[in-house]
Amino acid sequence: MKRFFAGLLVVLTLLNGGVVRADTKVGLLLPNTGVLAALGTAISEGFLLALDEAGRSDEFTLITEDTEIKPAIGLAKARKLVYQDEVDVIVGVVSSGVLGALRDFIHGAETPLIVANAGNNHATGRDCSPYIMRVSFSNGQINRPIGTWLAEQGVKTAYTLAADYAAGHQMIESFGKAFTDGGGTIIGSEFTPFGQTKDFSAYLTKAQAAGADAIFVFYAGSEAINFVKQYHSFNIKTPLYGSGFLTSPLYVEAQGDAAIGVIAALHYLPTLDTPENKIFVDAYRKKYGTIPSEYAVQGYDAALSLMAAVDAGGNSRAALAQNLPKIRYTGPRGPLRIDPKTNNIIQNIYIYDTVRKNGVLTQKRLATIPGVRDDAAGCKM
Amino acid sequence: MQNVAMDVSFWILQCLNALQYAMLLFLLSVGLTVIFGLLNFVNLAHASLYMLGAYLGISLAALTGSFWWALLIAPLLVMGIGAGLYFTLIARLRTAGPMNQVLVTFGLIFVFLDLVRIGWGDIALGLAAPPALSGTLHFLGINYPSYRLFIIGLGGTVMAGMWFILARTQIGAMIRASVENTDMAAALGIDVSRLFFLVFCCGCALAGLAGVAAAPILSATTTMGITILIPTMIVVVIGGLGSLEGAILGSLIIGFIDVFGAVLMPSFSALLTYALLAAVLVWRPHGLIAARG
Repeated sequence: MKRFFAGLLVVLTLLNGGVVRADTKVGLLLPNTGVLAALGTAISEGFLLALDEAGRSDEFTLITEDTEIKPAIGLAKARKLVYQDEVDVIVGVVSSGVLGALRDFIHGAETPLIVANAGNNHATGRDCSPYIMRVSFSNGQINRPIGTWLAEQGVKTAYTLAADYAAGHQMIESFGKAFTDGGGTIIGSEFTPFGQTKDFSAYLTKAQAAGADAIFVFYAGSEAINFVKQYHSFNIKTPLYGSGFLTSPLYVEAQGDAAIGVIAALHYLPTLDTPENKIFVDAYRKKYGTIPSEYAVQGYDAALSLMAAVDAGGNSRAALAQNLPKIRYTGPRGPLRIDPKTNNIIQNIYIYDTVRKNGVLTQKRLATIPGVRDDAAGCKM
Repeated sequence: MQNVAMDVSFWILQCLNALQYAMLLFLLSVGLTVIFGLLNFVNLAHASLYMLGAYLGISLAALTGSFWWALLIAPLLVMGIGAGLYFTLIARLRTAGPMNQVLVTFGLIFVFLDLVRIGWGDIALGLAAPPALSGTLHFLGINYPSYRLFIIGLGGTVMAGMWFILARTQIGAMIRASVENTDMAAALGIDVSRLFFLVFCCGCALAGLAGVAAAPILSATTTMGITILIPTMIVVVIGGLGSLEGAILGSLIIGFIDVFGAVLMPSFSALLTYALLAAVLVWRPHGLIAARG
């Protein structure tokens, strides 16, 4: 009897295409707890949607680990994924701090990492690695364009505020440099304790008193929600600008009318009018019932890149590391490719305004800065 | 002159910011400290009740269409949850020693955190301030959000009410007597266990009230309980465990240190609170206003 079933299994497998395809083991390394948990959920939703749409969910075995947004825990979980689960590739990492902690380990373990959010400039700059490939964005890539754009709009002075961690510092530094190069002046700057600041009133009062032409900030997740609402409640006259995570489509509804008029920069808007985006938005809405955010797109593109790389040369760690940087296609966010010099993505950056249209908050594109690419900044592959 | 005027209004604004934060801390710490003083019980899950107040408030506001109903009903629901906790866990743990109490109630924080995640999801939820309080009020040459003024008023009212009850009513005298010496109070015919239950429920309701009141400013997040727990504990320790005046003083001190630390020396602001905590523990280990002599 046993033999009969074994035989049946072989026949079925042969009918099923003749070859037994070895599964690709993917470690999904995302925060499931803490202030950025919602981002992790959106990324994994995008990732699953892409596999599902391609009908290839069975080919990929997913092992999920929680970074808790803590660098030490992220590193321990990455070790577990590489040595214990023996994954072929790791996908994820939301926090720049966690990415910084992972870099040397990933490089040494020669296991490819597809970064699906963390924007740490160094990971595709001075600390770049042939095993780290980023399909999301770098902190500089998002903020340089809006710095230049703001200066071009005739804004002379700016006051900056950001969460006090790796990403906050890099975002503000990139913005400040571009804004200053464009002729603007930063007249004041403050960093608020990350993950602990819930009430920004003291900082808002200070920013208002500085009397700049613009307030430019970086906040994401629940900090972004509180910041925008509190800025609005104080009725501050200085206009608010930011990295687009400030009014991300993921949580803009929680901000309500307070988000209207905030101008920000992002690499994806759900309102982009392209056939690729329309298909993506419809599929996402059908599966999850909401509009996708930039985080969902990052997960989606991570899966598309991974599938393309597997098709190009199989799923061994070495083959994936070799083929991932060759990815190039037009996705929901527009044309994208990986820069072989840094392994960072080259993509459009959109400057947008949040408006209310037909009763819902939505993004109105003000400008497109095409093909934004980072400097090699000391990266040697 | 212009500059001086602007400076003055800047400091008035910052004082209001500090006062508003202090009131929120007061609403939370007063329940915690009175429960500790009376029951000798450290209920870390107090922070979860604050979070539940915010989430229940948001759902109730959506259900009833009014913030005011939410502000009224959510604390009562939280009180009900508190009562449930009292009968299932707290009453049994009364004699289990502080370490077990801390472990169990700290565990409860994570249970509630995950229950909230299952029920409401990970994304922070906002609550709109009621229309009457959504603008700013102009006075003394400054504009200040009306809702934040409302919180200051709410905190002040609760403060006055608590003081009146504790200092001027019979039940207040019974509570004070039980805090001072439980055995003697019981010997004098006070039904101590009923009194404990009553005070515990009121403390829980205040935590719920703080949660709803905070939601329009701070949003509801799954981590809000854990984040507020530490400053609340610091208030209680600095003020003196079990003392109402201690909770008032502690909240004001922490509120002002937090805001003025952020304004004057941002890089040290997080450190200042802990430095003060350490200093109080060294010089006045029972807090600035100790409840028991």
